[in-house]
Amino acid sequence: MFQTAEFQENNHANEIPVVGRILCAIAIGALSLGLIVVLMFTDNSSSMLPSLVQDKLTQSGVDNPVTAVLLNFRSYDTLLEIGVLLIVAVAMLPGVPVGSVVNRDMPGGNRPSGRLVSIVPNAQVNPVLEAILRWLVPMIIVMAGYMLWTGASLPGGAFQSGALLAGAGVLVQLSGRIQFCFTSTMAKLLLTIGLITFVIVAVGVAAITGVILQYPVTLASPLILVIEGAATLSIAAILLLLYNSLATQTFEMSPEPSALNEEPSALNEEPSASNEEPSASNEEPSALDEEPSALDEEPSALDEEPSALGK
Amino acid sequence: MGFDLFLDSCIVIGILTLACLCLATKNLFTAIILFISLGLFVTIAWVRLDAPDLAIAEAAIGAGLTGALLLATWRQLRIEPADRDADTGSKSGGHNVSNR
Amino acid sequence: MTQDLLYTIASIALFGIGLFGLIVVRHIIRKILAINMMGVSVFMLLVASASNVDGAADPVLHAMVLTGIVVAIAGTALSLFLASKIHSLGQASDSDGR
Repeated sequence: MFQTAEFQENNHANEIPVVGRILCAIAIGALSLGLIVVLMFTDNSSSMLPSLVQDKLTQSGVDNPVTAVLLNFRSYDTLLEIGVLLIVAVAMLPGVPVGSVVNRDMPGGNRPSGRLVSIVPNAQVNPVLEAILRWLVPMIIVMAGYMLWTGASLPGGAFQSGALLAGAGVLVQLSGRIQFCFTSTMAKLLLTIGLITFVIVAVGVAAITGVILQYPVTLASPLILVIEGAATLSIAAILLLLYNSLATQTFEMSPEPSALNEEPSALNEEPSASNEEPSASNEEPSALDEEPSALDEEPSALDEEPSALGK
Repeated sequence: MGFDLFLDSCIVIGILTLACLCLATKNLFTAIILFISLGLFVTIAWVRLDAPDLAIAEAAIGAGLTGALLLATWRQLRIEPADRDADTGSKSGGHNVSNR
Repeated sequence: MTQDLLYTIASIALFGIGLFGLIVVRHIIRKILAINMMGVSVFMLLVASASNVDGAADPVLHAMVLTGIVVAIAGTALSLFLASKIHSLGQASDSDGR
């Protein structure tokens, strides 16, 4: 059942037969019933953790117990979580020549060390979305800042704030007017500043208290705010990078079908409403981008076709 | 106590129904949209379980960003197969939303 | 039937649906959806057991689930990226007439 990755919808070739499905359903049903019975008779009201957190909450520097647990009592978990996010971001970074991943040259260019945020020339914008974003994006930014600040005493915090900013970034990219380049130096700074700040604070307080990640009680509140601020920027940048690389990266392995080069180039725009006009301007860079692909026998012959079709 | 339990059972029935429909529907786009709705139902469940931080995070990350990622991938997967249909000769288009 | 027990049963049922979908469904994106569903069910189980305590909810489990939500989207993004790449590799090898 896990042999090949199936991408065709409604392809009933190697399906598990009905008998197998019924047996599987019965087995899973039995497992579920067993789990429910076990959980019904589990007594988990004897946990001491909530009372422990409540006792030490005044020493943690914040009033919100979840934020206190995330950034003070269990700060090591949060440090590693930001590290995991950064690892996934590096794996999905555009322009990294892993195998045959080729970052297409978008109009306006996705040059390395370009600008982080740049205007797309001759953009096919979505006018309604762009108009509403003039109001929406500043409100989202203010809301994210509020969520970061109020995480100390009310529900909120760094992750929610970063997610809001990433959502604003996704909307901005969808409008078609602005594109993000995550290989610029500013982008690299934003992606890593969360982890760097966290590690610096973690090691820095060891000089004062002797234990890594143990904040001195008087400094706990501003330290948590500094860490959360940097983490917000980092989380927003990483989540936006995840969306950006899924939405604008195409992969070319071997260029045999010349039609294959036309269609993915239509993808290189931000997924705005209509892509006809910019796709014509993308034929040129797609022909030029044949060179770095893995199999190099055929592209020279096929380079003529896309440019001929594109003119 | 009665109304609370009724509300919780409505939410639970909604979650389970959405889960079954999400995996059983023929259209992949429908499945993705149902998954986003499942995320929003789960957000309400977090509110009912006294977890407001989780509700904010789930609404933004679980429902919003995961939905955006899934739709971006869906679009990627739809573009390429149309190239191989030399007989139909159809461009991928990508504007018609339904897969029917 | 209390609120926690209801959500516990719901989470186990959701886990079962996700597991069944993971085994039976063919399309890889739906498998990723099923895995996500299983993750959400585990979060629901954790939060349901966190709200058992009378008075304040257990904040340690909430923090754990918050971490889990963020790591789950990272894993989903990476798996979708890999699926997209496998799809393009399949495109290439398909045309060779495998």
